[in-house]
Amino acid sequence: MSEKTLAENTAKMKKVFDRPKSLNEEKFSYCPGCHHGIINRLVAEAIDELGIQDTTVGTAPVGCSVFLYKWFDIDVIQPAHGRVSAVATGVKRARPDLTVFAYQGDGDFASIGTNNSTHAANRGENITVFFINNTLYGMTGGEMAPTTLLDQKTTTTPQGRKAKDFGYPIKMSEMLSELDGPTYITRQAVYDVKRIDRAKAAIKKALRFQVEGKGYSLVELLSACPINWGMDPTEANERIRREVEEVYPLGDIIERS
Amino acid sequence: MGEKKLMRGNEAIAESAIRAGCRNYFAYPITPQAELLQWMATHMPEVENGTFLQAESEIGAINMVYGAASTGERTMTSSSSPGISLKQEGISYLAGAELPSVIVNIMRGGPGLGNIQPAQGDYFQATKGGGHGDYRLIVLAPSTVPEAAELTYEAFDLADEYRNPVVVLADGMIGQMMEPVELPDPIDPSEIPNKPWATTGIDGGEAKVIRSFALGAEQLEAINHDLQDKYEVIKREVTRFEEIGTDEPDILLVAFGTVARIVRSARRLGQEEGLNVGIFRPITLWPFPDERLADLSRKVDTVLTVEMNAGQMVEDVRLAVNSDVKTPFYGKQGGVVPTPEGVLEEVKKHV
Repeated sequence: MSEKTLAENTAKMKKVFDRPKSLNEEKFSYCPGCHHGIINRLVAEAIDELGIQDTTVGTAPVGCSVFLYKWFDIDVIQPAHGRVSAVATGVKRARPDLTVFAYQGDGDFASIGTNNSTHAANRGENITVFFINNTLYGMTGGEMAPTTLLDQKTTTTPQGRKAKDFGYPIKMSEMLSELDGPTYITRQAVYDVKRIDRAKAAIKKALRFQVEGKGYSLVELLSACPINWGMDPTEANERIRREVEEVYPLGDIIERS
Repeated sequence: MGEKKLMRGNEAIAESAIRAGCRNYFAYPITPQAELLQWMATHMPEVENGTFLQAESEIGAINMVYGAASTGERTMTSSSSPGISLKQEGISYLAGAELPSVIVNIMRGGPGLGNIQPAQGDYFQATKGGGHGDYRLIVLAPSTVPEAAELTYEAFDLADEYRNPVVVLADGMIGQMMEPVELPDPIDPSEIPNKPWATTGIDGGEAKVIRSFALGAEQLEAINHDLQDKYEVIKREVTRFEEIGTDEPDILLVAFGTVARIVRSARRLGQEEGLNVGIFRPITLWPFPDERLADLSRKVDTVLTVEMNAGQMVEDVRLAVNSDVKTPFYGKQGGVVPTPEGVLEEVKKHV
């Protein structure tokens, strides 16, 4: 093909895939097979599509979530571990014109931050929470989280999690759906194309509800941590489908819009 | 200055904060600062863009401050001793992220649950860093209700100017007492400094980050050096104190807050007996006015520190004064308030 023909063909082509504007040029440094990169991208795409890059503020605390500011081309606040819902509340109450989202892991949202997470939901704060559930503490070294499945081996449950000692996997999304405050609570996964599409739609809807002033949304995302699970990425995806979804079924839990 | 009113300390602090342009207030109920929260609940919604939110916990409140302060808006929380203990992690983050904010502590008796009587047991916590890491807070200690209003108003300017949390450290006595107060006029919003660093959306510009995090050792050390440089500037520019009868004193008394009032009464009693009791009252507890205190200490044999605790500020006094000067301590704890007669009796042991 001559250079001229290539140029002519390129001019006719329609661009169907590009880097979201809400991400910068930095490359993700997540571990192989980790789902954070996919979820980060979906959030960025949703921000682009809603046209809210200029007025969106992300809040992302510790662990693997802490790096959000490195990839996103939006303003980002790094709160203390577990305090994300309170910090997001502060931002939103001070500046209701901004779109504020929280991006936090299961140890953050469902363990040390439960008090703040629950009350922001109960107040129906007009914020959006992305709750990344990978059933353990990832960056810290694979310790048990409240979301760890029964019999799951972690570095702090080397014999497997036993309910007698450590209780049961906590179901935050179902718990919070009992409250009158929240508008939209859903659980999604991103291990295949179909689920990525659904997760994207849920993320976008959750942000759109905030823009429309409809109140609190929570998108729980089941996420793989192949390194700490001792699996390859394919096995990790398969684990979500076979085991994690058994305890944490996918789909919308409430929608009151 | 505005109109004169008879107000409780807690109310005067709250109203003064609103007049200083505070538009975001987050707190949790605790005695003896409850009237502050109640005043805010009534009056914050009356001002434009005023946010009052009763938080789910002290921890929630200080982190709401972190969020609201990130937008550059003037923001405050208040509590009393045990509640301030709960806020310490958040205060360390505020200092690390250099977020202007005002934290009011109406101190009560401790440790633990203690009681709801006035005390000064949180001096160490406020001035030495109650949370983790190397950081400093500007600590202002009013001794009257009017001064509590004045220092609260000023606290917001200092917080903005130095991008640093400021603590107003009063005790239950000042919080509960009623005195005539001349409230400051409400600030003209155009006088509040712009904050180009605030995370209010990129709006076509560069992405901004509010954080207290740096993974690399050299990177975090550089941030720490910047903080220490800032603290040196604050030491030079912000140190405040009051002195009474320090020309030719027979003895020098050092006291802050409520105790400074009691020491004044003791001075008057002493005068009747021909004693000249000099008083040095630090208004900024950090930065501690050590240079002036060192100068004054050369005039006397004894510098007596009086506090409502087991002896906390006295450690800074001992660091500041000449080693050949005696530095005894007289204190009451658990909510017991020293009397002027008791202070004078102690003075007589040393002159």
